[in-house]
Order: sequence, then C-alpha cells, then structure tokens
Amino acid sequence: MNIGTRKILDRSFTAVGLTSILLMALALLVVVVPIVSGGIGAIFFKGTIEHRKLQLREFDNGNREVLDRQIAESEPYRQEVFRMLDAFAAELETFEPTRKREYSSKVSSVKDIVSHLLGPIPGEPEPILLRFQYGTTRWEKAEESLHDLMFVTKWDTSNPEEMGKQYFVPRVDEFAGTSLAALFPYIEENLEKMLLPEQTFYWGFLTERSLDAHIFGGVWAEIQGTLFLAIGAMLFAFPMGVIAAIYFTEYARENVFTSILRSANSTLAGVPSIVFGLFGLAFFINTIKVSDSKSVLAGSLTLAIMILPTIIRAAEEAILSVPKTYKEASIGLGSTKWRTIVTVILPAALPGIITGGIISLGRAAGETAPIIFTAAVSVGATIGLGDVLTSPTPALSWNIYNLASEHEAANEIRHVQYGMVLALISIVLLLNLSAILLRARISKKLKG
Amino acid sequence: MQMTAEAKSSKQSASKSGASREIFLPPERDRVKDGGKPHLSAKNFSIFYGDFEAVKKIEADILSKYVTAIIGPSGCGKSTFLRAINRMNDLIPSCYTSGSLMFDGEDVYGKYTDEVQLRRKIGMVFQKPNPFPKSIFDNIAYGPRLQGVKEKKVLDEIVEKSLRKAALWDEVKDRLDKNALGLSGGQQQRLCVARTLAVEPEILLLDEPTSALDPKSTAKIEDLIEELRGSYTIAIVTHNMQQASRVSDYTMFFYEGDLVEYAPTKQLFTNPRDQVTEDYITGRFS
Repeated sequence: MNIGTRKILDRSFTAVGLTSILLMALALLVVVVPIVSGGIGAIFFKGTIEHRKLQLREFDNGNREVLDRQIAESEPYRQEVFRMLDAFAAELETFEPTRKREYSSKVSSVKDIVSHLLGPIPGEPEPILLRFQYGTTRWEKAEESLHDLMFVTKWDTSNPEEMGKQYFVPRVDEFAGTSLAALFPYIEENLEKMLLPEQTFYWGFLTERSLDAHIFGGVWAEIQGTLFLAIGAMLFAFPMGVIAAIYFTEYARENVFTSILRSANSTLAGVPSIVFGLFGLAFFINTIKVSDSKSVLAGSLTLAIMILPTIIRAAEEAILSVPKTYKEASIGLGSTKWRTIVTVILPAALPGIITGGIISLGRAAGETAPIIFTAAVSVGATIGLGDVLTSPTPALSWNIYNLASEHEAANEIRHVQYGMVLALISIVLLLNLSAILLRARISKKLKG
Repeated sequence: MQMTAEAKSSKQSASKSGASREIFLPPERDRVKDGGKPHLSAKNFSIFYGDFEAVKKIEADILSKYVTAIIGPSGCGKSTFLRAINRMNDLIPSCYTSGSLMFDGEDVYGKYTDEVQLRRKIGMVFQKPNPFPKSIFDNIAYGPRLQGVKEKKVLDEIVEKSLRKAALWDEVKDRLDKNALGLSGGQQQRLCVARTLAVEPEILLLDEPTSALDPKSTAKIEDLIEELRGSYTIAIVTHNMQQASRVSDYTMFFYEGDLVEYAPTKQLFTNPRDQVTEDYITGRFS
C-alpha cells in the first residue's frame, strides 16, 4: 500500500469515527434537552394563587398574610364570575323545559371548567378528592383550560372518506342572547387577576410528598424509595462482591470448578433485568418469604443479585491491577496472606473497587424491571427507615413508567414525569461524579 | 565447619550435579566476628517449575555474616534459588522443590515449617524498589506492626534505627509522613532495605537490588551492603560482575541450573577452577 492510499484511509477513518461520535452527542442532546427543560419546569414555573393556597394549607409553606392579601385582591373578580353563574341559574328557571334541559347541560360543562380553573364553586357540594378542592396551580395549565372554556371542540365527519377533522367553535355562541354570554369575555380578560400567577421556585418538588396521586405535591417518596433500594442493594452486593473477587483472585485455584464459577458470573451479568425481577418474586418473596409481599428488603436483595456480577468483575480487575511487587514486599516481610490482602492489596485496589461499586449503585437506582414485582408501588406513603423490612415503596424508575402510561390523568401531570426523570438522571449523574472524584482523591493519595 | 584445605583450582569441564561440598578459606577481607558458620545448607536441593528443573541438586552452605554473591547468565536459576530461600516461590503455583534446605537446623520446606515466621528471619529486597503506597513511616513500621508492635514510641525508635542503618535517615527524617512513592529510585530501594531491616532478620536476600538504579544510587547501596556485612548474612544476586567482586566475600556461579562453582570471591574471579566460569567472567557470554 503506498503512502497516498494510506493517508486517504487514515483520514477517512478519522472522519467516520468523528461523525459517529458527533451523531451520538447529537442524539444525547436531543434526549437530554427536553428532559432537562421539562424537568426544570416542575420546579421553576408560573404558579397561581391556587398553588400558594395549596402549599400553605397542605404543607404549611408560605406567608399567610401575603396570601390573605392576594386572596382579598382576587376575590372580587371571582365573585363576579360566581355571580354571573348564579344569575344564569336564575334565568335558566324561566326557560321552557326543552331549552332549559339543553342549556343546563351546556352550563354544567362551563361550571366544570370554571371550577377546574378557580376551585370549587360556592354553593356546589364540597368535593372529596383533593384534586377538585383547588383550582389550577400552574399558569400554563390555566391557559389551556381557558382555551377549553372559550372554545368547544368539534369534529367534522362530513366526508366519510377522510378522518374526522377537529375544529373549534367559540363557546360564547352557544350562550348568545343569554346573560351568561358576558362571562366569557370577562374571564378571558380577568383570568390573570383571579389567579395572580407569579414565578415560583418550588423546591418542595424534591422534598415533599405527593398529594392525590401526584396531581399536586412533590416526589420525595420516590426519591427516598430509590435511595433506599439502591443503598440496600449495595449493602448486600458490595461486601459479597468484594469477598468473591478476593476469592477469585487470591484463593481460587485454576480448575474446572473455578472456571465454571467464572463463566456463571459472566453469564449472570448478561441476564435481562426482568428475569431478575421474576426471580426475586419467586425466590425472595414466594419461597424464602423475606416479607409477606413486596418490600424494600426484597427489592434490595433482587437488585443486589443483579449488580453482583458487575461488582465482582470490577473488584477483580482492580485487585489484579495492583502491582505484584506490593504483594511480594508484604509476604517477604513475613505477612500472612490475609493480612497482605487487607493491609496492602485492598487499599491499593480501592479506587477501582469503589468506582465499580458506585457505578453499580447508579445502575441499581435506575433499574425498573427488578423492582416491579419485588418492591415498587405506584402510589404509596413515604416510608420510614423502620419500614424497609416490610413495606413496599414508590421509586423513581417505576413511577416514571407508571405516571406516563397508567395514571388516570397522565396528560395533566407531564411536568411531574419530567421532574422525576430529571431527578433520577441527576441522582445517577451525581453518583457517577462522586465516584470519579473519590477515585481521583484516593489515587492521588496512593501516588503521593 | 572448619576452614582448611585450599580449594582445588584445576580447570575441568562443568562439574554437573552433585558437586561435592567445598570447604573455604576465610575471606581475604577482614574477618567477621562469629561468622563463617553455615547459616543455610542446601543438600541435593532442586527447584522445579512444573516439569522443568530450574535449579539442579545444589550442594552448598551459605556462611553466616558474610556476603555471598550469586552470579550467572540470565535464566540460570540464580534468582529462583534466592527466592526459594525464604519461600517466595510459594507464590508461583507450579513451583516445587526436592532435597533439603536447612536454615538454623530447620528444614525450610519442612512439613511443619511456618513460612510466615521464616520470612521474618529471612528478609528480602527485590529487583525493583517496591515501597507500599503509604507514608515512609508506615512502610518501615509495616513489619514491626505485623509482629504486634503498636506503641508509637517503640515504632518511632525502630523506624529511626532502620533508616539510619539503611543510610536514609538524614534524607527523609523531615518527611516521614510523606508518601514513599515520592522518593527517588535509589532512596526507594534503600527504604526497602530499611523496611526489611526493621523486621530484624538474620539473613538478607538481595535480588539484583541495583539493576534498576543509576550509578550513584548503586554506589550507595553497595556502601550499605558493606556496612551491613558482619551483622547480617547477606546473599545478593547480581548481573554485574564488578559489583559481585566489590561487595562479596564468596561467589556462587550458576549456569543452566547447576551450581558450577562456589568459591571465595577473589579466587573465583582471579583463578576460576571451571572453564565455563572463566568464559563467563571474562565476558565470552553473558
């Protein structure tokens, strides 16, 4: 091959490599940017007066005086809306029966939207579910509801050859000629004065429990559950993994038995996580009954089994990378094998072992499948440390899936889903970052 | 053992296995008090790696408090023999021995020999400086701590004494808490000597201790060996024949696993009995 061809080949390979890396970075960006912006939206948003009411009443956060002043400020505009609704109700009584029936169904959907916006309408029965006791807490949701109030969504199905087409009709037209017609321009004009939106930092999203199945409140229960599960898994897997690695590297003789053990370990690392989940259910819960049903303990054990091979491999690599001369020096000074392992080999292998451990911790925090059957519940109380042996827990990974697919108001709480994803990614990134820092620090200490 | 009859100097072809025991004249350098007793005696001692016989039926005594150099071309078994003395070869699974190697009347490879205790009496310094990634103090204190010394004061004393013996004290006394890997190569090697001395061994095995060092550091290590001569039984493996002739009282020449010649250093270098020895020391092969 002559120099010319070689150079062309080198350059084209560089180009191909660079392109693939750039594509990967781009793909990452496409995923990360919406997650981060959506997730930040869960914490930093335009909150309405309803958000502040909720915070004060349910969590005792905020300034009561300021809130009372704002309530007093917004009340006249709200009263005007309620007055118009009352007036129309009186007017309705004067209508003939068919017209009355027609209008009362129309007005009830107006009332639904109004109570969704502003909270319960005075005179209506007190709602039981918390989600109906407050109006819209986020301004962008209020704007969506306002659109629903102003326009009726209709479908044009006149052409049977095509799909139906969505179109909007101004709702005010339905009430033309009645006293309620004035309500729509009034709300459109004065919604801001009724809800008083202001920029809100809601740190409570990360530290408060959720209310009424994540309609309101934060995700602390999930964050805590994730931490419990991941740390619990480490408590089992880390010591076991390091001991197994010591056995493999220092004690095991090369024979059929150890090579079977080694390949079993490698195979275990490649088993799909859902299989571990089923195994955890079948073994930990049904067979040896570590708990009556799902529990943090059972989930931790399942996750531990799942991350064990990774920890063993990482620890093995780390131990093998300790220079043989350290061992010789220690043995030569009259140290026993065990003492050499504890005082010389493990400290020197520590950066590698810890890196492997923390990366596994990150993986345990992010896994969904193993905890579906063993530990996770979609909506649950924030459990205490004393309950981990018996209670299941919500956890970020599982609840992200659950809120996105199975929640009855999945569309209403997109911000919560994004917030959870961001929280999970942050936890995993923080863990990995701390692994890098810890490793750097210990390596520096070892190098002197 | 008595030091009588002068070793024969007739040049013969390599005397293969089973060379009869030599009886040496005392070294021509200053004699050592209480020295010259056989500290280690190998009888029909062989070392195998699997099927390969790396060291073949050695018959030799290493005399106490003198310096014995072990020379020979690469792969001749000299390091293997040295490492067999304090059972470092145990770390190699396929390695085993036959015959006997007696240390102070005890078989090194005996069924009931505690190799851990043995290694405390027979210390070793390796080819490449291998300090632990710990502080200088912790490196020296490692051995004493193994033996259960915990008192800071006692440890301080041992550390200072060992570093002084290894001629390193003045260079490091202000930074005992610094990581030993920050020292220069030569300092690291002297630290390793000090670390071995801190265990108070009877025998000091040096496995090519200067092969990774510059000439200046090498000179310091050689001075150190000179200092220690008379206090410890020293066996040093070296590639450097000048070094062997400078520092040792006796020299063993290994070739292809055989102990070809074993004689007082001066005699071996000026008047080798064996043709192979002569070829080696005159540089015909290496």
